[in-house]
Amino acid sequence: MLYEIRFHGRGGQGAVTSAELLAQAAIAEGRFGQAFPSFGPERRGAPVMAFARVSDERIRNRSAVYHPNAVLVLDPSLLKMVDVGKGLAKDGVIIINSANSPQDLQKEYSLAGKVASVDALTIATTIIGRPITNTTMLGALLAATKLVEIGRLEEATTNRFGPLAKRNILAMRKAIETTAFGWS
Amino acid sequence: MAKAAPQSLRKGIEVSISMAEAAMQANVDVVAAYPITPQTHIVEHLSELVADGRLDAEFVPVESEHSAMSACCGSSASGARTYTATSSQGLALMHEILYIASALRLPIVMAVANRALSGPISIWNDHGDIMAERDTGWIQVFVENGQEAYDMTFHAFRVAEDHGVLLPYMINFDGFILSHVIEPIVYWSQELVDQYIGLYEPMLRLDTKNPITMGPVGIPDIYLETRKAHDFVLRESKATIVKAWDEMEKLVGRRYRPIETYKTDGARILLLTMGGVSETAMTAVDALREAGLPVGLVRIRLWRPFPFEELYEAVKDCEVLGVVDRCLSTGGPGGPVASEIKGALYHKDKRPKVVEFIAGIGGRDVRVEDFQDMAKKTLSVADGAPLPPFELVGVRE
Repeated sequence: MLYEIRFHGRGGQGAVTSAELLAQAAIAEGRFGQAFPSFGPERRGAPVMAFARVSDERIRNRSAVYHPNAVLVLDPSLLKMVDVGKGLAKDGVIIINSANSPQDLQKEYSLAGKVASVDALTIATTIIGRPITNTTMLGALLAATKLVEIGRLEEATTNRFGPLAKRNILAMRKAIETTAFGWS
Repeated sequence: MAKAAPQSLRKGIEVSISMAEAAMQANVDVVAAYPITPQTHIVEHLSELVADGRLDAEFVPVESEHSAMSACCGSSASGARTYTATSSQGLALMHEILYIASALRLPIVMAVANRALSGPISIWNDHGDIMAERDTGWIQVFVENGQEAYDMTFHAFRVAEDHGVLLPYMINFDGFILSHVIEPIVYWSQELVDQYIGLYEPMLRLDTKNPITMGPVGIPDIYLETRKAHDFVLRESKATIVKAWDEMEKLVGRRYRPIETYKTDGARILLLTMGGVSETAMTAVDALREAGLPVGLVRIRLWRPFPFEELYEAVKDCEVLGVVDRCLSTGGPGGPVASEIKGALYHKDKRPKVVEFIAGIGGRDVRVEDFQDMAKKTLSVADGAPLPPFELVGVRE
């Protein structure tokens, strides 16, 4: 089963890193993972995308993700300017960094599909001490999809961040506990 | 068959980083490179490996790619195992020295992240850079995935340094769609690498105690014979290239051929690709086969020396061949790969018609649906539709 994920963030928020950590977690499980940025000029603050694929079989498609099973929105200000739900697969899920409820977000931005939300900004600011929500949002992705084993994701995070990983992992766990779902 | 690799050797890693680490495992002596745009993470990571003491090599950060290749020629001529990487404008700036490297028979290994040339200014993927270097006299291989990019680094040293070859070797891997992708790559153990490539033993080298001349003038009386010798050794290198792939298969279980086919049995039409889009094309072929359409895929891995016999064997039974180029020969016949294919088939009594597509120019994404569309158009020619002029896939008129 191929699972495709699209990450929406702004340059400097770590969207590409979260795609990479997710792929590395899947690969560490012995499965297949692929991650890459949308190849644009790299400008801090500009809207960016990153893509990941996870599968039990070898992944051959190298084009961008057009029909994501999950969309992660790292920065809620993008909701006003980017069609984050574009091409969402049937039963696809949109996971948003926001203190607002999934129901309110769905209504305010007319989002199709299933919506989940987590106050990643508060979690990251409190636990990591920086407003960088990429690892926190991976926790929300796991809460919504159980796509990879949390242990493998923590391992990938440790490999990437070294001593800084601990707080990222705590933030990830907090997100798993506090993500709100707009579906039952 | 080789034993399955231990799990610890299977890594989720960026393709460029894995290539730098392959160069480290190959124990290179000298890396000369221009370390800013257009570059990949290859030389950035190599400079870290040298600075951290993990690789005992000389890292020479030169002031341009022209200088990078010149420094590579000097170090290789002195007998050092030499590696570099470049891309797009950087490769273009090396152009003049690429001919020197091959004419001097210097076994330099270079990774080229294939990217578009300016203008307009582009950093994105296509084959515009490398097609301008077709006739530089280097061995040129195109890889399809990260594993192959990593494996081919060892193949490159093994073949280039063979005393029956002694030619520089370019590993072409698509910019961004391969260079910047994280995917699973199974590493070789250091013992296996050492066993496969061993130490470099130069046949001739610059040495003040035993002086020789390299690169003298070729007067009209000798230039032609020198060029013939170069052409001969490049063509003949194919046997060593294939033999080294055979031995790699014995060691790691992965099989590489100059030309590869995918689901060609019973195919009326074939698409032909080269490089990183090939795997996306396979996904398209899978879907079309499931829908009952008689389509398959041929991929070119070895671009120079060109594998004429293997190519003909792969395409001779199809009715129409849809060639997917990644470069536009401006004002010319369309795509450079299609031109070569047509040239290779022209004198054959039995040969497929050739439909030409030019796709993925300057980073334009090539989707599974695009390949399905190309296959269907090629199939329509097999069904009697007139042969169309070359098509720029996805262009807005």
